[in-house]
Amino acid sequence: MASITTQEATAEPAPRRRRFGRPRRQGPPAPPRPRLSFRIRLRRDKSLLLMTVPALLLLLLFNYLPMAGIIVAFEHYDIYQGLIHSNFVGLDEFRQLVANPDFWHAFENTLVISFVQLILYFPVPIALALMVNTVLSTKVRGFIQAVVYLPHFFSYVLVITIFQEFLGGAGVLNVFLNKHGISSWNIMTDPGTFKYLVTAQAVWKEAGWGLIVFLAALAAIDQSLYEAAAVDGAGRWRRMRHITMPGLRGIVILMLVLRLGNALSVGFEQMLIQRQAVGAGAADVLDTYSYIYGIGGGFGSSTTMGADYSYGAAAGLFKAVLSLILILGANRLAHAFGEDGLYRK
Amino acid sequence: MSSLTQSPRAATTAPRKRAKGRQVWEERPTRIGQFSKGTVLTVVCALVIVPVWAVVLTSFSTKGSINSAGGLVLIPHGLSLQNYQLIFSGGTVSQAVYVSLFVTLIGTALSMVVSVLCAYGLSRPRSLGQRPLLMMLIVTMFFNGGLIPTFLVVSDLKLYGSLWAMILPSAVNVFNILIIRSFFQNTAAEMIEAARLDGANEWRLLWSVVIPTSRPVLAVMTMFYAVTYWGTFFNALLYEPDSRKWPLAMVIYEYTYSGNQMPGMGTTGIGGLQQASQLGLQMCVVSLSLVPIVVLTPFVQKHFAKGMLTGAIKG
Repeated sequence: MASITTQEATAEPAPRRRRFGRPRRQGPPAPPRPRLSFRIRLRRDKSLLLMTVPALLLLLLFNYLPMAGIIVAFEHYDIYQGLIHSNFVGLDEFRQLVANPDFWHAFENTLVISFVQLILYFPVPIALALMVNTVLSTKVRGFIQAVVYLPHFFSYVLVITIFQEFLGGAGVLNVFLNKHGISSWNIMTDPGTFKYLVTAQAVWKEAGWGLIVFLAALAAIDQSLYEAAAVDGAGRWRRMRHITMPGLRGIVILMLVLRLGNALSVGFEQMLIQRQAVGAGAADVLDTYSYIYGIGGGFGSSTTMGADYSYGAAAGLFKAVLSLILILGANRLAHAFGEDGLYRK
Repeated sequence: MSSLTQSPRAATTAPRKRAKGRQVWEERPTRIGQFSKGTVLTVVCALVIVPVWAVVLTSFSTKGSINSAGGLVLIPHGLSLQNYQLIFSGGTVSQAVYVSLFVTLIGTALSMVVSVLCAYGLSRPRSLGQRPLLMMLIVTMFFNGGLIPTFLVVSDLKLYGSLWAMILPSAVNVFNILIIRSFFQNTAAEMIEAARLDGANEWRLLWSVVIPTSRPVLAVMTMFYAVTYWGTFFNALLYEPDSRKWPLAMVIYEYTYSGNQMPGMGTTGIGGLQQASQLGLQMCVVSLSLVPIVVLTPFVQKHFAKGMLTGAIKG
């Protein structure tokens, strides 16, 4: 067994013919010429395969089985008849979905919040990274990083509680305002500014963590470029414009692609937790819509709908398919820019 | 700040003391630049530190000092352990701490074992079926059945109402597996070859060669999993109708957003309630969720970048 594997490992990687135009940067090494039979490989790799079993089993149960469970969206699900025996109704639930103005409202909310986050959230980590990168003392840098990474590890329940105690009706801000005779403003329950509130929470929680990738990209820029440019007389801003910016291009595009691919996921827990405070009109997005209508469960919903699994599943499927299209489209876009995106072409 | 005026000035200021770490060719920072940068970074750090400080401080404050502050306490006066004593005197919160600990310990152990095994199983070059298996993992990152079908499956598996419903459905994080895998792929190929020649099988290799050389990434992943389990909320909301099986986050949610009084407080008697402030008790629970994270993250912090990037870039 041992000899087989070593032989394989030392085999010369043969040059591989490429099917598409752009040369691959580091393609995987080609398989060795004399192919081992399936049986020998199975015997050789059986412990490796065995190791993947627990994870695959869990994925099968909790990821693939639900994919099969999507048929519930095409049925009129009845708890007592189960998935298989429930009435098949085809696209009925989708017809209902499309005819429901609440659904389109949730869809619109999703897009609006996503857009606000793109504009107000996306540049923050980049700007922070540029600033932190110029801090020379490693101790100070380490401290700043430790501090700004922290909120990433807080769950949204905590984040929103903290926001509540600072900006809410009885929060620090309003106590201060009242003390100085200014009328209070309960940001936490204001539907009009909810999209900014949600974005602020996202920035507070995740922007610091977002630093990591940009800091790494900055560290990867060849420092001698800066020196050469400085010797040639380029000032601070010109070095930034002509060395730093191009150096960050790849990672910025990757991050944009990821953001675009996830455009329809805008903080499910965030919306769910605050739905009661600001009302469904402002807080319903695609994810929560699917949950509220599908499982509901007396969740302070304005509608008195109980659990309608099929309808909720239809809304969920709508989102999942649209998201998939977005992710694939975003990757196309990245490839068009000559970048890798999520996966290589 | 054109280059023409810059270079002669740089020449004259050269003998002056340069900050450590600044390159010779770098111009001295402008005062305004330094000042504004310092201000912005200080404010950014304060935005994180002050809330955490206020929450923890309030949890240790007496009812009197909370009342006089009118909300969160920012400056300490009148500290006591009273809130914690009250909260731990039985009832929902102490129960929630146990639930959170159970979910975190068992969940993290399970997730790590499963992830490390899977990552190693897929990390050896040219092993049988690697590509299709990898595709099977990756597909789940792009597409999922959605909330409702998952809920139905979990219920059908008789997990509804069980503590395992907070662990099993989210036990495998494909992204984490891919990060560990790419770390394993880059780890000590020669060492693995040598050990294999010495007759070590794959299990032995994983245990005595690969795991010891991958401690940084494993530490980071353990922390990622642990933090996720510690903050578990939505699975509890979905699957745990019984308040005795609620984790901390769920308890906080119930107090703060559903307008319920602290459940379980009835058992401690009216006297206790009068001495304590609702807010103080609430902040105790929040602190219990925050503090472990605040204390533990700095230990693994230096590995974050490594752990994140090997995966993000090689994906």
